[in-house]
Amino acid sequence: MSILIKNGRVIDPANRIDAVLDIFIQDNKISRVAQDIQTPAEMIINADNKIVAPGLIDMHVHLREPGREDKETIASATAAAAKGGVTTVLAMPNTQPAMDCPKSVELLQGIINKNAKINVQICGTITKGRLGQELSDIMALKKIGVCALSDDGCSVDNDVLMLKALKQAKPAGLLVICHCEDKKLSGKGVINLGFNSTRLGLRGISNASEYKRIQRDIELGEKSGAAVHIAHVSCRESVEVIAHAKKKGIKVTCETAPHYFSLTEDALLEYDTNMKMNPPLRSKEDLMAIKQGLKEGVIDVIASDHAPHTENEKDIEFERAEFGVVGLETELSVSITELINKQILDWPELIQKFCLNPARILGLDRGNLTPGSLADVVIISDQQTWVPNKQNLISKSKNSPFLGRSLKGWVDYTICNGRIVYQR
Amino acid sequence: MFWTKKDLLGLEYLTQEEIELILDTAESFKEVSTREIKKVPALRGKTAVNLFYEPSTRTRVSFEVAAKRLSADVINIATETSSVKKGETLIDTGKNIQALKADIIIMRHNCSGAANMLARALDISVVNAGDGWHEHPTQALLDIFTLKEKLGKIKGLNVAIVGDIAHSRVARSNIWGLTKLGAKVTLCSPEILLPPGIETTGAKTSSDIDEVLKNADAVNVLRMQFERDEDAAFPEQLDYFKKFGITEERLAKAKKDIVVMHPGPINRGIEMSSGVADGKNSVILEQVTNGIAVRMAVLFLVSQAREAKQ
Repeated sequence: MSILIKNGRVIDPANRIDAVLDIFIQDNKISRVAQDIQTPAEMIINADNKIVAPGLIDMHVHLREPGREDKETIASATAAAAKGGVTTVLAMPNTQPAMDCPKSVELLQGIINKNAKINVQICGTITKGRLGQELSDIMALKKIGVCALSDDGCSVDNDVLMLKALKQAKPAGLLVICHCEDKKLSGKGVINLGFNSTRLGLRGISNASEYKRIQRDIELGEKSGAAVHIAHVSCRESVEVIAHAKKKGIKVTCETAPHYFSLTEDALLEYDTNMKMNPPLRSKEDLMAIKQGLKEGVIDVIASDHAPHTENEKDIEFERAEFGVVGLETELSVSITELINKQILDWPELIQKFCLNPARILGLDRGNLTPGSLADVVIISDQQTWVPNKQNLISKSKNSPFLGRSLKGWVDYTICNGRIVYQR
Repeated sequence: MFWTKKDLLGLEYLTQEEIELILDTAESFKEVSTREIKKVPALRGKTAVNLFYEPSTRTRVSFEVAAKRLSADVINIATETSSVKKGETLIDTGKNIQALKADIIIMRHNCSGAANMLARALDISVVNAGDGWHEHPTQALLDIFTLKEKLGKIKGLNVAIVGDIAHSRVARSNIWGLTKLGAKVTLCSPEILLPPGIETTGAKTSSDIDEVLKNADAVNVLRMQFERDEDAAFPEQLDYFKKFGITEERLAKAKKDIVVMHPGPINRGIEMSSGVADGKNSVILEQVTNGIAVRMAVLFLVSQAREAKQ
């Protein structure tokens, strides 16, 4: 199969390209990127006035399978990802069973091989059952093919155990992704601590519960020499702590999610459980700091933290509802709306955070349009407006914080490994 | 001024005019309870359902009396013996009550925001009888009604609220209501029991009860809920009484006509002494009586608003 994409604005930060060009895809690889390619192709896509970029890499996704197929499956999540322009996801290990041993990982790999529409990488756990008690067999996880480690949803509270994990991750060449939350501080909190938690009568989650744990994980990362990546950064102090560490030359990277640069705690005043996630939506000041962190390069990556939940788990009393929101289908549009159109980032910078940076951090040979590399490509209409609703979202769960909000930009085509996996 | 809301969820959501309308309506209903035959036909043929997820006697009974004096039929659902025990969700329970063609659900719930959620899901009226730490609007309305009856006005009054502000829905509703009507509110509490950002409401804070009492026209003393000590942040009971308890000695240094209120039930010897609870400044039992008139007004107004919409 050959595909020729004509006349799109090609953005490929890996090769410093931002120009109107054609792309020729032969079988599963990028063959040529040049002006006015005349080679005959089986399929020609006219990309006039469209953005053409590497497929997005979302390094924080909950696929829910195995274990919670009522919320989402490999098939439904990867279809939703393709619709959102995502060609690679990193599957978080908080499944049932957790991805803490080769047997579980093999089970998941089997389902992925059968049902995934895009490339799925697997994240293993740091500790068995994500209980923070006993380390997983890190070398065995590496051998079976996980590409990072995380106790996602939990932080390893024990400093000694966390240091030991990092020391084993380093020779294995595995990235350690840290969910930074000190539960002693966040306790039973359900929304950001502040005047809104007071007026709503809900328990608060302080910024300190996040940034203090980031501080610890950076310190332990430095001590061990392992690569540490901070998940879902949500507040000002966290950005400051990471900026400070980077200035000192410490090897640390981080991500934020679209809801942290588009929504604030004010979205919670109606007790909307689709606005409930962990870490919580923060203050306006925090939102500004996240945007600034993205602009200044302190924040390397945008990832969705896609966390599907059924209506049964969301349509209940606020404090009893599950934490988490879906995001695969909206992350690109929210970023265009909030970052491109508000001039926080330009297109090459945005694509870098969605493609090149996560590829580098995870050690994947993707996220670029270099001839010879795997053909993961997304074609975007950045001027189109759409409104997410429960009907047009294809993820099995509909717990999006952006329902009913007008967003800019949609995906026309998603190509993964040279195959069209989504067409609008 | 017309009442247009089908629900009463909290005083934060009301305007000054809406609060005044409830108070004025309550004033006209107060007389009903003094009649030989304590009943008017205002809600005849209507059904009010008391749906209480937390144990409560005084609020539930007060609502029941209020509804009956308006000639409404009242059903009490105790969640311990209902399908709620079988795992039915709040919204399903609400929809079932709506399907029974009830007109008003009066709900007490231990989760903040439960009334907001139920009101959104239903077409019938929802009256919040206390949700978590969020609001207890009818309690604040009866406090304000009593205060206005005693002192003739609310605007410009110095009102102190003493006790566990952080975990109190009564405090939150009082703060919203009083500040909207122009009173100056001071919250007096151990620092650990003040919720973050509370000054944003316009209320002042202090931890010196004697200083606060000096200027207060009224003091609303909250129940200290030591039995609900989930956050382990509570001071010792005796220590609390020593530092914040309202006693005759403390009151002797306050304004002579200071109005002493308490939402009940009182912990005698913990947040106030028996002498104060039963003393000449106490209006605690008048609050209970006024609660009926205020709740009659609320049930009447939400019911009217729903009829006007249909």
